[in-house]
Amino acid sequence: MKKQISVVLALLMLLCLSVALAESKVYTIVTDTAFRPFEYADETGTMVGIDVDILAAVAADQGFEYTLTALGWDASIAACQAGQADGMIAGASITDARKENGWIFSDGYYSATQSMAVAAGSKISGFADLSGKAVAVKIGTQSAEYAESLKDTYNFTVTYLESSPDVYQAVIGGQAAACFDDTPIMADYIKSNGVPLQLVDGTANEGAEYGFAVFSADKQELVDKFNAGLASIKANGTYDEILKKYLGE
Amino acid sequence: MGKILSVYGPLLLTAMGQTLLLALYGLFFACIIGMIVGIMSVLKNRACRIFALIFVNLIRGVPMIVLAYFIYFGIPYFWNTVLQIGGLTLSALQAGTICLALNCGAYMAEIIRAGIEAVDVGQMEAARSLGLPYWRSMHRVVLPQAIRTMIPSIINQFIITLKDTSILSVIGFPELVNTAKNVVSKTFMSFQTWAIVAFMYLVVILILQQAAKLIERRLKRGRRSL
Repeated sequence: MKKQISVVLALLMLLCLSVALAESKVYTIVTDTAFRPFEYADETGTMVGIDVDILAAVAADQGFEYTLTALGWDASIAACQAGQADGMIAGASITDARKENGWIFSDGYYSATQSMAVAAGSKISGFADLSGKAVAVKIGTQSAEYAESLKDTYNFTVTYLESSPDVYQAVIGGQAAACFDDTPIMADYIKSNGVPLQLVDGTANEGAEYGFAVFSADKQELVDKFNAGLASIKANGTYDEILKKYLGE
Repeated sequence: MGKILSVYGPLLLTAMGQTLLLALYGLFFACIIGMIVGIMSVLKNRACRIFALIFVNLIRGVPMIVLAYFIYFGIPYFWNTVLQIGGLTLSALQAGTICLALNCGAYMAEIIRAGIEAVDVGQMEAARSLGLPYWRSMHRVVLPQAIRTMIPSIINQFIITLKDTSILSVIGFPELVNTAKNVVSKTFMSFQTWAIVAFMYLVVILILQQAAKLIERRLKRGRRSL
């Protein structure tokens, strides 16, 4: 009798497990907390933005289900690496260094440059004015790399903060003389939030495409779906509508 | 693991140094704040006691990460932009030190208050009746006995404060956690990096604990010879 019960229990467990496995086709996608206009929480706390809308449109087109979680930038990287998440869409620039480290990127969905901004009314007009000063960047971003590539030439120090709003706040508060971040993000914060910063002309780098990223090769099918979905939303005009909605061009 | 150690080892060691520096600054001022506020909370003077009560409850009621954001981003903004006085900038080290000193100081004040209150009232009464003034009785009779009961709690608080420096990674101070996040995002090897960081904290804290044991043993020896 006892044996029979344990066999039944074991079968039940197997059943539960297989149901759980069958349902795990819902992808977990992670993103940054505040990277306006690519992802940010609106007044009701819902995540919105270009990345969020593109992902929704691609998923609808390709017919896959997902949950989107705003973990923050560096936690998103760690979650993908650890396999806690399937992929990330967080305005991540497609770079060779990242690919060498095992990241697999989709086709680019937006092209962005990085540049420098200073507090409104600041006298700093170029990299040469940064000597001996502190520059704020977001940990682990292209902008951080860009600032690091310049810091020895222009003799400034780099402070690493967790999110774009923290970086801007450090410049407004005066703890940093300037910041480096993605140009469309800073332009949007200045325009829609009235953040008292100004972009410095002639400081942009060559830039790179943003891509959807996964960490391991067995997630390739998700990238393929994303690429196919992206091509079709570009073809049917949804992509342009999304950009228009957030960038207002 | 080897790659991280060979490439980023020196960077992580420097960061550990920064962690210790920040902890040292923070603890130094925390001891002063804790001593002053702790004694204020046992004084007869009502204003002193109320001040100590408000200070301790205010700081203990605010999570340290909020305090850190408030001091680093909030205070300069308020000073320069709202009050329009201008010219105030806090470096991450300054803001971090203030934050640790306030936070740890509040807990230290409670430890000191509890330590003093643990000494029997009769000790103070006996000293006063022998004609010693209040402050001298406090200094010569009550505090030496109180300190013995405080030492284990104070060491414990030191260790907590040393680990709390990791919270200050959010204001960009290049201590161990902030640097490790940077290493993770460069190498994309999070498990290995965090294992190294955990080991580094563990070593430093074990050393601190051994030192604490030595001090405690010495104090106990003193008690037996009394």
